[in-house]
Amino acid sequence: MNAKIKTPSAPPESPESYRAGPDADGRFGKFGGRFVAETLMPLVLEVERAYHRCRDDADFKREFANYARDYIGRPSPLYFARRLSAHFGGAKIYFKRDELNHTGAHKINNTLGQILLARRMGKTRIIAETGAGQHGVAAATVCALFDLPCVVYMGETDIKRQAPNVFRMKLLGAEVAPVSSGTATLKDAMNEALRDWVANVDDTFYIIGTAAGPHPYPAMVRDFQTVIGTEARAQLLEREKALPDLLVACIGGGSNAIGLFHPFLDDATVRMVGVEAAGRGLDSGEHAASLSGGQPGVLHGNRTYLLQDDDGQIKDAHSISAGLDYPGIGPEHAWLFEAGRVEYAGITDDEALEAFQLCCKLEGIIPALEPAHALGYVSKVAPGMDADSIILMNLCGRGDKDVFTVADALGVQL
Amino acid sequence: MNAGMNSAMNAGAGASGARLTRRFNELKQAKRAGLVTFITAGDPDLDTSAAILHGLPAAGADIIELGMPFSDPMADGPAIQLANQRALTAGITLRKTLDMATAFRAHDARTPLILMGYYNPIYRYGNQRFIDDALSAGVDGLIIVDLPAEEDDELCHPCMTAGLHWIRLTTPTTDDARLQRVLANSSGFVYYVSIAGITGTRSADQSAVKNAVARIRRQTDLPVAVGFGIKTPQQVAQTAAIADAAVVGSAVIEKIAAGIKKPSRKNQIAADVHRFVQQLAEGLSGA
Repeated sequence: MNAKIKTPSAPPESPESYRAGPDADGRFGKFGGRFVAETLMPLVLEVERAYHRCRDDADFKREFANYARDYIGRPSPLYFARRLSAHFGGAKIYFKRDELNHTGAHKINNTLGQILLARRMGKTRIIAETGAGQHGVAAATVCALFDLPCVVYMGETDIKRQAPNVFRMKLLGAEVAPVSSGTATLKDAMNEALRDWVANVDDTFYIIGTAAGPHPYPAMVRDFQTVIGTEARAQLLEREKALPDLLVACIGGGSNAIGLFHPFLDDATVRMVGVEAAGRGLDSGEHAASLSGGQPGVLHGNRTYLLQDDDGQIKDAHSISAGLDYPGIGPEHAWLFEAGRVEYAGITDDEALEAFQLCCKLEGIIPALEPAHALGYVSKVAPGMDADSIILMNLCGRGDKDVFTVADALGVQL
Repeated sequence: MNAGMNSAMNAGAGASGARLTRRFNELKQAKRAGLVTFITAGDPDLDTSAAILHGLPAAGADIIELGMPFSDPMADGPAIQLANQRALTAGITLRKTLDMATAFRAHDARTPLILMGYYNPIYRYGNQRFIDDALSAGVDGLIIVDLPAEEDDELCHPCMTAGLHWIRLTTPTTDDARLQRVLANSSGFVYYVSIAGITGTRSADQSAVKNAVARIRRQTDLPVAVGFGIKTPQQVAQTAAIADAAVVGSAVIEKIAAGIKKPSRKNQIAADVHRFVQQLAEGLSGA
């Protein structure tokens, strides 16, 4: 029931290209923008100028590509999940193996790009926010690599839930700053990082972990993550001599999904589904499905879909996966949703847990709970698809970090 | 009053917004700077908050900023963050904040009332509906933290057309080139944020503030208020010597927070706040 797809009431006309955004004001249609305090505005404009210079700079691209190859381990493999495909008895299922990256998730593609930019801007201090700790670890990792001090803001609730990642960040030399304000989760960590940035505008670069925030962050994070889709497209064309019929990726803020989808957006035959966390069910009120269960609003520098009450107060998200536990979504997804180009579905905690176990047993891969949501959706649609059709799913993180959560959910004492 | 102010009035604010212009004229005649006090609507509860609000003019507040609570106040320090949470827990909504303004205006026709906050609750309420309701509540202007000049189409232009002052924050990071753009759609007064930081934390160096105010005055005839980090009567007096008004927020809020902690003072919170505002105002009796 939660795999049902929500479609907007009146899809606007198709643009010439779905890959042209954002516009000069950082808008994807009405979404995106630069909703930040005046103190930050000059800095946000400086990041935009610096990013545009780097984006078109051959040296920058070469530097990124070299570290991506030698340090992250790119390209990540494209893997045909034979047993899962046979189990579902329909489409051929391919995984893009971004869980094999250094640090175990796609997050490092982005932190690498942003720290190279920060260095070019002459910034000497890095801040980041984190929920599950994956982005915090990825930020702490590149800060160790480039010898820059790093402060990671993390909600106190999340610090308790994700102790191993907290220790990893500390091992890597980062300071983990506990956030007790608000509900002490990811959104509050992001508020606190923004407060730090306002007070340290001269020397500090803020590495945002998902394709959200004020322009240019949504576009910049997307661009660093499109390495996923660009590689996968070439790999699949070589292997199958065909484009995929369906792309599937999980969505919290949506950086791995936009990274996979973006290079395919103008391939009209390719369907795309972003999978939000439906938590205990969309009707329960306890979920993290900003598109399926939220309304447009303005938070953290951008207009997008948000979980909020009638008074415009932001609501807490819930998901068994801490990485999807965010009450917003990147603005480009909000636009692609309203434009009807990408479809969005919800998968519950229970459905994700089932897919998690299936992946372990049938493929010998322990996935993170985040892509387990994507696999949960695949498990619903693959059986109904033709045997020669292709699903490409982003396996964006490995599940070592989640074994305690899963054990707990399954009632197993470790 | 000078030409710039009149033109800003014509472009910006109608009958409701005239209160702000009149107040700065009165201050000029009295040869003193004004005291602007900030409280969060609904903090610590709706009744106490209303009592605090109603007594502020008599205590010495020349202009009042009423905070519209938001779950995620990104530009605010711990004191105002907690005030927002207390108010939301007490059941405040944007509609109830507007009702507080209406009740205030029913017995005070002269003190300018500015609503300050973040964009999302207004966006959710509906921009035009909010502007209409704020005007009929007797609100004089708005300060919306997360709407920089780049987003003026959202609320700034509709507000100025409707006759609500659009009061802009300028900061130490606003350079000369940018200042022109920031001031272009400002009205009422200019709020200079004296530190690069959040509310209620550091205090600014006075000579830096003096230079910054002079820099703003070179580009506008609007009155300049200075805020962030002003906590004591002495700091109010120092600020009054270089600006048209001093804004005190977190220090006022901290009186409320202190009152909640002491059960014996709980029904004295409004009186405690008013006494503190009186002390702040004493530094302003003629420059």
